[in-house]
Amino acid sequence: MEAASLPAALELAAGGGVGLSLEKRAVLGASLLLLQRDYRFERVWFWGCIQGVRGAYYIAEGLGPDRAAPRSRLYSLNCVEWSLLPPATEEMVAQAKQLKGRFQGDPSFEYEYTEINAEDAERLFEDGKEPIIKEESRLVATIEQIDRAVGIIPRGAFVKTPLGSVRENRNFEGLSLTEAKKLSSYFHFTEPVNLKNKTLLEKADLDPSTDFLDSLEHDIPQGSWTVQLEKGGTVVVLRSLLWLGLTFYHVPMTKQYGYVYFGTGEKNLDLPFML
Amino acid sequence: HGPYQPHEPGYGLYQPGYSPYDDQIPDPKSRMLAIQNAKAYLLKSSSASGLNLYDHLANMLTKILDEQPTNAVDIIENISKDVKWAHFQKKMDTLRDEHEILPTFEAAEKRKALFIKANGEGDEELEEEIGETPLPNVMETAFYFEQAGIGLSKDESYHIFLALKKLISVQPIQTCRFWGKILGLEMNYIIAEVQYHEGEEEEETEEEEVIEEGGKGMGEVEDEDEKKEKEDEPPKSTYKPPPVTPKEENGTGANKYVYFVCNEPGKPWMKLPPVMPAQIVCARKIKKFFTGRLDAPVVSFPPFPGNEANYLRAQIARISAGTQISPIGFYQFSEEEGDEEEEGGGGRDTYEENPDFQPLSVAEMVGSLSTWVHHGQSILKQGRCVWLNPLQKSEEEEEEEEEEKAEDPNELQQEIGPPLLTPLSEDEGIQNIPAWTAEASTNLIPQYAVAILQSNRWPGAYAFASGKKFDNIYFGWGHKYSPENHTPALPPPVQAEYPSGPEITETRDPTLEEELAFKAAREEALAAAEEEEDEEDVEDDEEEDDD
Repeated sequence: MEAASLPAALELAAGGGVGLSLEKRAVLGASLLLLQRDYRFERVWFWGCIQGVRGAYYIAEGLGPDRAAPRSRLYSLNCVEWSLLPPATEEMVAQAKQLKGRFQGDPSFEYEYTEINAEDAERLFEDGKEPIIKEESRLVATIEQIDRAVGIIPRGAFVKTPLGSVRENRNFEGLSLTEAKKLSSYFHFTEPVNLKNKTLLEKADLDPSTDFLDSLEHDIPQGSWTVQLEKGGTVVVLRSLLWLGLTFYHVPMTKQYGYVYFGTGEKNLDLPFML
Repeated sequence: HGPYQPHEPGYGLYQPGYSPYDDQIPDPKSRMLAIQNAKAYLLKSSSASGLNLYDHLANMLTKILDEQPTNAVDIIENISKDVKWAHFQKKMDTLRDEHEILPTFEAAEKRKALFIKANGEGDEELEEEIGETPLPNVMETAFYFEQAGIGLSKDESYHIFLALKKLISVQPIQTCRFWGKILGLEMNYIIAEVQYHEGEEEEETEEEEVIEEGGKGMGEVEDEDEKKEKEDEPPKSTYKPPPVTPKEENGTGANKYVYFVCNEPGKPWMKLPPVMPAQIVCARKIKKFFTGRLDAPVVSFPPFPGNEANYLRAQIARISAGTQISPIGFYQFSEEEGDEEEEGGGGRDTYEENPDFQPLSVAEMVGSLSTWVHHGQSILKQGRCVWLNPLQKSEEEEEEEEEEKAEDPNELQQEIGPPLLTPLSEDEGIQNIPAWTAEASTNLIPQYAVAILQSNRWPGAYAFASGKKFDNIYFGWGHKYSPENHTPALPPPVQAEYPSGPEITETRDPTLEEELAFKAAREEALAAAEEEEDEEDVEDDEEEDDD
């Protein structure tokens, strides 16, 4: 969610019961602004909080002029001092997928591999590395996975300029109430995967300036999003069931929208059994 | 392509001084003509839409100059689209649109109804209310939890506050507490934990008894029909289902509190049925999301005995048993000790508030887990809080069957759980994660910090303590945490068929030669037997003769 609209946004996304304490809210207003100054970001998003066993990580993302470029991510343990995280690599993501269990809350904690293939083990020993992963890498990989899988925006909120860069759409007035209840009005804010698989007929209906991302309709498994109207039907709240804790809110016919993650940072692999 | 002639559309569009043909001085009259031609072209109405470009450009420029957007040139196409769209919105006809009745209006009606004070109350009742009221101070609890970032938005909390007030005015309630919120797929549940006044609950049990008697009546009729058909009945199965554990009485054990749920504050409160041990045992094996409708079926394996209302009640019971905690010393056991022996060592299950409670400091509450105790009774494997042998029959039958009991192969061991008011330090963790995470709400202002505990076994269960105040709450999806993936129970192995033995094994039919051979052999045997008998008779005769 946008740092500028943080207080109002937290009220709208509070249906899940978890949020930020008053102290953190107060300090974020100032520290996110300073982040923008120090790192020269154009936009700063408060991404959310990953709850570890002994502490919590607060994550912020900074965006440059092209909003679809890889974002810089920062974490903090107390919302006052922020540290930049290294960009996520495929290797990190693959390693982190093998880890299970909660985050510890200490960024220098080292996990040991419990199950690895014989090939991977040989490769690692050859390289001279020990089979351990730091919690920091796991954090980076988890944030990347969550953003890729369930980071969403309403349709029409961003436009692709003819030069290829993505910017906010200043003419976006918000989705109407009927549109807001449909999953097809929301897009994953990441590299599209399914777009080229659409038939020519479907592609003809798309508007290349706004429909350049994957919509939520074809997410697997079906039903992994819950769409609800809260606060007497004035706010549309989407919650992901694959990554429990991700909440997206939008007030129809206004420009207010955003997503935030408050959770333990674990993928819900039991989802097919639970639906 | 030479210089444009006055009748061609390109005429007059070049800027004076920059056209390639400027060495020819244009005729001022033809210039005017060119301008008029251009304007006439622009004024030509489109055959498709009836608009003309001249008016459209004029409207667009007027709009731009009125609104003065920044970087207008970047969004010019959108402005043009908006102007065209606006043109078509003008309704020149006398038909008016019916006002859309959005569903949001109805929801707003319901929420407004919460705020209207009931008019039937007189002044006398107001005085009574100022005294002790079962209504919990939801906003105060919300304030403490907010120090840790837990809780719903302020206006949702207030709506819940008013909805609880409405509940209390409708039902005869002694104590009431906001238990928490469970999220669902289509709708969420807001849950209130309630205790009735003593004596108010009997209506429910009477209804259940009536239903049972009705069922027995039906059974008798069916027996009569069956007797007539006894001759042709197929063999009855020897399967005896395992005995059903009876549920705990209302007001004790897992059914100590009654729970009411509603989907949104403003909607009517619905009472959840009491929980049966079989439901708790099954709920431990399945993991399903709640849909938000109480009558939805729960499709699972092992099949859940009930619908979503029962599953919700079972999960609430499990969560309460595992996560209802209080600071040590707040509750104490009541002083009667004569009951210990009669309960078979099951432990004491009543507690009362300790009037001499001395609150510990926040640092102590956060530092060690032994400063907190469970006041929710834990549920045994059987599904009840107090163990009951389901094979136990009533006392009269016991005397008759005492001898048989020793031979019962299914004798059950008595299950013992941790006693009430055990400290949290006895809680098992999961792998290497402690069962609870404790922290103070703020490190910057320790004098006014609040001690907050989060459960790691039931993510979403929180408790706070500050001075003499404490409370528990749950916000979550209603499932237990397990680091391993959920493995559903496998279906039971295929039932063995009848054991094969010689009496039911089919043998091959004998062939003709075998039959003839068998017949011949039998005749020989018969003939041999007759000869022997004859010989014996003869021998006997001979013997008799000898004598």
